[in-house]
Amino acid sequence: MSNTWSLTKIRIRLALRNKAFIFFGVAMPLAFLFFFVLVFGRGASERVAYVLGSILTLTVMGSFWGLSVQLVMFREQGILRRFRLTPVSAGALLASSIFANYVLVFPAILIEILICRVAFHMTTWGNPLYVFLLVTIGAATFSAFGLIVASVTNTMQETQVINNLIWSAFLFLSGATVPLAVFPHWIQRVALFSPATYLATGLEGAMTHTSSLHEVITDVIALAVGLIVSFEISRQLFRWEPEAKAASRAKLWVVVAMIPFLLFGIYENVYSDRLSNIQQGFNSVFSGSGPSQHEGPN
Amino acid sequence: MSEPVIRVEDLHKSYDAVKALRGVSFEVNAGEVFGLLGPNGAGKTSTIEILEGLRAQDRGKVTVAGLDPQTAGPEFKQEVGAVLQSTALPEKLRVGEALSLFANFYRRHHDTEALLKRFQLEEKRNAFYSQLSGGQKQRLALALALVNDPVVVFLDEPTAGLDPQVRREIYDIIEELKSDKKTILLTTHYIEEAEKLCDRVAIVDKGKIIAEGTPRELKQRSGNTTRIEVRLSQAPKDGVLKTLDGVTDAREFDGVYVLHSSRPPQTIVSLVKHLESVGSDLQSLEMFSPSLEDVFIELTGRRLRE
Repeated sequence: MSNTWSLTKIRIRLALRNKAFIFFGVAMPLAFLFFFVLVFGRGASERVAYVLGSILTLTVMGSFWGLSVQLVMFREQGILRRFRLTPVSAGALLASSIFANYVLVFPAILIEILICRVAFHMTTWGNPLYVFLLVTIGAATFSAFGLIVASVTNTMQETQVINNLIWSAFLFLSGATVPLAVFPHWIQRVALFSPATYLATGLEGAMTHTSSLHEVITDVIALAVGLIVSFEISRQLFRWEPEAKAASRAKLWVVVAMIPFLLFGIYENVYSDRLSNIQQGFNSVFSGSGPSQHEGPN
Repeated sequence: MSEPVIRVEDLHKSYDAVKALRGVSFEVNAGEVFGLLGPNGAGKTSTIEILEGLRAQDRGKVTVAGLDPQTAGPEFKQEVGAVLQSTALPEKLRVGEALSLFANFYRRHHDTEALLKRFQLEEKRNAFYSQLSGGQKQRLALALALVNDPVVVFLDEPTAGLDPQVRREIYDIIEELKSDKKTILLTTHYIEEAEKLCDRVAIVDKGKIIAEGTPRELKQRSGNTTRIEVRLSQAPKDGVLKTLDGVTDAREFDGVYVLHSSRPPQTIVSLVKHLESVGSDLQSLEMFSPSLEDVFIELTGRRLRE
């Protein structure tokens, strides 16, 4: 555990010295926040809160991209090889990536919430407990997805291609950019298989008080199962050496990591009324069609 | 006599069709500096990386400090320190942070301040790794290798690519380790490094140890002849250089004629007379005392740097 802690501290320092992290992890989500709020928020507190839920999702999901690229870079440069000579385990190294990322995500999340409260006159704090739970488990899960990508790709180029594919799916099939409620029904059904949907709808609901406890627990469980499966797969497939190549079939492990979401997707499609709740939540915010059935305290 | 600290028995390793190691065996005793000397691709790095636990052998047995590097896990890593052929650290990691981080990984470790001082890195403690010169990076790599006060130190080509001044600094550090009675295994293709630093040397070629002993023993094996290297304006006839006075062996490497002579003055006189008789000129002549290079040439018919 002490190795993990030592590495976590160093990873945090390295990230703070990295201009790319500051740009992609803090500045870019803020730019999106300003743009989205100005276009879709239009001064209404509920809309600002809804948009903030999407931006928080983008910020949390950003962990995925940063960690995969960093780990592949460390491997290609032979940095991991040097650490392999020490008593540090692959698990400690990967866990430190997740912890460091978590610590780094939180200030960005707080800044975004405060800006919405102060600059955009958002009157709610959302449900702080739900937001905390979802940000915590979401940051860890999407970090672990990034670690899996790093484990199954052999070069930076390959990593970027797979990242782009997965990132695009996360962005557009979750409600993080375009609200899920405006998509055709069949796309909404497909989106229920995406881990990003659980985070996006969870955070949007938590910010607008339209999520029930049951939905948040489902979101947290889905993301937690994804985290455990992804972390273990990335630990098993972890490679220290630049020349140690992953077999082509190793990429199928990305699919294996998605199995929990396949199961949750089936469950949500067959037994849950999540899609109608998402629609109602969206309508209550953007169409003024009255409060949702899960109105929470303000 | 105490048990060897490093024991290697019949080590084999292949990379696809390439056989990198073909039955390497040797032992290193406590407090000894043992060198693996050989050209690039001889199998030195494969051997040392198997001993460091970075690679698995195909066949054969290795123990380091009584532990199997492949199966002993973190316990093994607590006992060894290593400098890789090329060490890399995150660019924005500061020197002081790197030492503290690595010190935290080990149960037993040196005071990092003392290490900074010993390796002349005090003024660089706040410098980023990317800001260090090649010599400073190598000094840091050595400091990191010693941070856990290891029983065994592995040095893979520790001075490769460094300028002569920095190389001498690294030699001084290794001499210090030697006087501290550390057990050291180093690989090198520098003759002077092996001769200066090693108590015993194994000459490695094409995945096999072809000679082993103290530098003095190995040089005696080659007959203590002087190496004379000459460049001539015209290529001599085949075999004629071997007939010169005192010459025990003569070979050509890329236009340089390498003569081994038991009586150098007579050889030179004989050579000059021969060149005059055939109308050829002596373009350059260099003489070297007996070295491990001569042993390598004698055993393989090639030079170490080929």
